[in-house]
Amino acid sequence: MNLRPLGVAPEPVRAAMATQRAQVSSGQLLTACRLGWEGGARLVALWGSDERDRQRGFRVRAVLEDRDGLTVLDHTLLREDARYPDLTPIFPAAARMQRATYDLVGIAAEADDQRPWLWLAGWPIDRFPLRRDFEPDPRWEPGEEDYAFVRVEGEGVHEIPVGPVHAGIIEPGHFRFQVVGEKVLRLEERLGYTHKGIEKRFESLSIADGAKLAGRVSGDSTVAYAWAYAQAVESLADVVPPPRATWLRALCLERERVANHLGDLGALGNDAGFALGLAQFSRLREDVLRRNEAAFGHRLLMDAVVPGGVARTLDTANALAIRDDAIRLRNEVAELRSLYDEHAGVQDRFRGCGVLANDVAHKLGVVGLAGRASGIDADLRRDLPVAPYDALAIEPATAATGDVAARVAVRFDEVLGSLRAIEVIIDKLGDPSLPPAIDTPLKEVADGSLGLGYVEGWRGPVLVALESGPGGSIRRCHPHDPSWQNWPAIEYAVIGNIVADFPLINKSFNLSYSGHDL
Amino acid sequence: MYALLRRIVRTGIRTEPAPTPADGDRIADRLDHVIRHRLGRALAIRYVDAGSCNACELEAQALANPYYNLEGYGIRFVASPRHADALMVSGPVSKHMAIALRRTYDATPEPKFVIAVGDCAKGCGILAANYATFSKVADVIPVDVEVPGCPPSPSALLSAILAAVR
Repeated sequence: MNLRPLGVAPEPVRAAMATQRAQVSSGQLLTACRLGWEGGARLVALWGSDERDRQRGFRVRAVLEDRDGLTVLDHTLLREDARYPDLTPIFPAAARMQRATYDLVGIAAEADDQRPWLWLAGWPIDRFPLRRDFEPDPRWEPGEEDYAFVRVEGEGVHEIPVGPVHAGIIEPGHFRFQVVGEKVLRLEERLGYTHKGIEKRFESLSIADGAKLAGRVSGDSTVAYAWAYAQAVESLADVVPPPRATWLRALCLERERVANHLGDLGALGNDAGFALGLAQFSRLREDVLRRNEAAFGHRLLMDAVVPGGVARTLDTANALAIRDDAIRLRNEVAELRSLYDEHAGVQDRFRGCGVLANDVAHKLGVVGLAGRASGIDADLRRDLPVAPYDALAIEPATAATGDVAARVAVRFDEVLGSLRAIEVIIDKLGDPSLPPAIDTPLKEVADGSLGLGYVEGWRGPVLVALESGPGGSIRRCHPHDPSWQNWPAIEYAVIGNIVADFPLINKSFNLSYSGHDL
Repeated sequence: MYALLRRIVRTGIRTEPAPTPADGDRIADRLDHVIRHRLGRALAIRYVDAGSCNACELEAQALANPYYNLEGYGIRFVASPRHADALMVSGPVSKHMAIALRRTYDATPEPKFVIAVGDCAKGCGILAANYATFSKVADVIPVDVEVPGCPPSPSALLSAILAAVR
């Protein structure tokens, strides 16, 4: 992204992909976002931090992505009651990020909607946890919030509240439906129930210990987060992981993608009343997890990726088994796909259900597999590839219709694509010319540096922004889940559908509560 | 239809014997005994995520797969606490989930028991107590059994269900 028309001179940031950073005024922030949007950029994340200890007031930071890489825009607020420009007219995805920034740091945008977002009366509303002088009081008792949901008025309109405790084994969140009969007029999400203070927790850890927490921001994406965190640390320490480690990381990331997609494909079949789908796909998923345990020592691959490389190498027996599994799995998945495709009842539920149109998805900045299912052809593995994806030639799977069927089809295509990639990776790992080293020692990290990591997880791109403090400590760490961009899309996708289709639509997105609520 | 039936036949039955606990007593036998004599052949569990990272939920969901076949033991996850004999709770309990968790507990009829799932729920996870969380499930509701693991494996969860009803 070219910032020169704004009259600012960006400085390069060390990161796994091309990254620049610039200090901008409020006018420049708006102009940069507008120019970026017109040039095809999207908002990756927005967050705030308290810089008063360095006599710099508060900082709001926005990260944009375009085909040139990442652009970090820093804007300083000298007083806590100063406001920064509202970015939602350009990037609607900014809305909840701006509200969360107020909840945690206490700086507000010039926006109409000043309702809290991550705050649900768990602590006093005038205390801001990410301020450096924040002192929690053990006597604070959780309270109840009176949240101003938007109501639909009219004859026959009624309201259905759902959650935070949901039927089934899923994460907590609240959904408020306005319905007429069975038809959904409006859905409003209320998240934040699983807010655990992860960003504050990072600040009490060393950079080395932060890796474990990064792998637990969203358990289903532990490899993506661990890799993004590792990229951030490696850019801070100015080291490059050895080639074998990057191939092993890609193996883990693709296995994570396969495992999650298999689980979702089974659950989607089940939600459509096709129990055989759940039985078959949950069996295949279990096979993948058991192989993970045997090969890497953890069913979900937690702590397999570490800053500097990977925790352990892959022995020959497990490498061969993974290759055999991939070939077998490809055949089984292809067979199950034809069962789904030919089942009239399943297709009747999937097709035309929960449509997210391409123009809506584009405006909302929807990312990852949900975006690709609405025709947004974007995948970091191809667009901003880091090793070894520069050598893997991943072709993103897309679909045009944006319905549940499209999100199912993209999952099928991605499972098959990942299995092909896994075969290539196993062949590469067996190449004797690939050096055996799997990690590299980390050098000391200077105080006050910024490192970024950005990885295409199974759900979409995961960003980790890490700022160092003195003596190898973490000054600020912001992990950003693709669910931030995609949660608002569900509110659009359910409009006009019947209430009974909501579980199916919600599952077809399968977004993270934990990764979003932090 | 032919393809579907062929798939079922070729897959066969994949359910495994229940994991053997340390004392050598087969869990399946003990579950059968317990469920038959105390719970009328059915144990209903209400699962509550109280601020986990969602890894514990993935492993609890795996209990339903054909390998573990939880329902084969007469154990079901139910949608309402009023239908439940037991609660399984994961996470350190976020402040924002504390009230919902207490209400869920209160809505579960007696006799009931609570299984705290995972390292965070038993107070030794990476998500330690802070402004947004308690330190463990037992800080908020009474807990009968704690299952370690980050996350606990499905076999560990199955063993814990038994330990709670014994």
